[in-house]
Amino acid sequence: MKKLTLPLTDEVIKTLHAGENVLLSGELLTGRDCAHKRICEMLDRGEELPFSLAGATIYYAGPCPALEGKACGSCGPTTSARMDAYAPRLLDLGLRGMIGKGERSDAVCEAIVRDGAVYFAAIGGAGALYGNAVQKSELVAFPDLLSEAVYRFTVKDFPCTVAIDCHGGNIYKR
Amino acid sequence: MRTIHSDEIENAVYALAKEACLGMIPSCESALRTAAEREAAGSAAQFALETLLENAQTARTEQMPVCQDTGYAVVLAEIGQDVHIEGAPLADAVNGGVRRAYEDFRFRKSVCDPLTRVNTTDNTPAALHTEIVAGEKVRLAFLPKGFGSENMSRLYMLTPSQGVQGVIDSIVETVRLAGSRPCPPVVCGVGIGGTFDTCAYLAKKALTRELGTHNPRADVAAIEREALAKINALGIGPQGFGGKVTALGVLCEVAPTHIAGLPVAVNIQCHCMRCARYEL
Repeated sequence: MKKLTLPLTDEVIKTLHAGENVLLSGELLTGRDCAHKRICEMLDRGEELPFSLAGATIYYAGPCPALEGKACGSCGPTTSARMDAYAPRLLDLGLRGMIGKGERSDAVCEAIVRDGAVYFAAIGGAGALYGNAVQKSELVAFPDLLSEAVYRFTVKDFPCTVAIDCHGGNIYKR
Repeated sequence: MRTIHSDEIENAVYALAKEACLGMIPSCESALRTAAEREAAGSAAQFALETLLENAQTARTEQMPVCQDTGYAVVLAEIGQDVHIEGAPLADAVNGGVRRAYEDFRFRKSVCDPLTRVNTTDNTPAALHTEIVAGEKVRLAFLPKGFGSENMSRLYMLTPSQGVQGVIDSIVETVRLAGSRPCPPVVCGVGIGGTFDTCAYLAKKALTRELGTHNPRADVAAIEREALAKINALGIGPQGFGGKVTALGVLCEVAPTHIAGLPVAVNIQCHCMRCARYEL
């Protein structure tokens, strides 16, 4: 299985094709419904974000609290479609990878191609497996959002499938 | 008359929440194993199912929730009419068990105000359904219900002329429109009949059944089988990656309805059926 390191480079993104199974290692940011709303509100007000989107990969997830001695609790992907309203804007600002579950809107698919990005499907429901693959977790923004806050994760061997690639390939369109 | 203290109910709910969130029911895990064998070797669909089986094992060995969405706590309580509950009100006892379990076992608190979206911070209130039955027992079923799948549920108010075909079409349409979003392969809890509200309750109650069981009524069991076959012909497959297995089961419950109506509620459950039961 192909092993990829985060953050992804543009060259690596070009080699990815829908349907490939991959293992991701490195740094990613978490963010889901409320965090996306806040990010876009900050952008509307012209404020600087507490993290950089350039080249970043966002994991649509809201973890369980960590058990003692662990970096993270169960942490599988949530449904990506709810972030479709925000994703094209973030992609245009430099976001390069998204990890979630389920299909995306046409606007997101177009932005993935336009911006040379990639969307990975993590396996929905495999919360224990993904939580266990988080080696380090650091709170980055919006602590009041609890599980919906933005965390920076260092992960090892996150199993994913390339779902939508920068060439327009889409595992959900058959 | 038998007296049960509310503390006993609170402690039962506490234990049930732990049991339910840490693993899927055995009939679900074996259905996933069978599904993995049916999908093409090396396909994304098979990879997804094998990852889920590995995840179930990780959850067991690490004592972690099998899915991070430890859900809205749904509690179905059958209360014998010869039982007297002393102490706190029943709802307080149930919410107390939920509150303690979600904190102690580090489960995610996923309940919030519908408009302000402010989190209640302790995963309460639970959705508590009570049925008063004969006898002096209390039977509890605990279903942590994730919302990726709950969001994809539908309720149809069909006309009587749409009949059995209309019922089957409604179930299949619900799964087709949900696509990859509810974490397929799904399980459909289906309520047929009753009123707008009782129909939805029947659909939820159906999800407390074991996979592989059929409704005792032959005509209803036939609906379960036909709907499942049609859903699996959709080709959505595990995680929406395409494949043979889009649903693991269709579980229907029926109740009499009005001469003018045919309500059908389809409550979608993801591939991870979590349910724990206890009798006091």
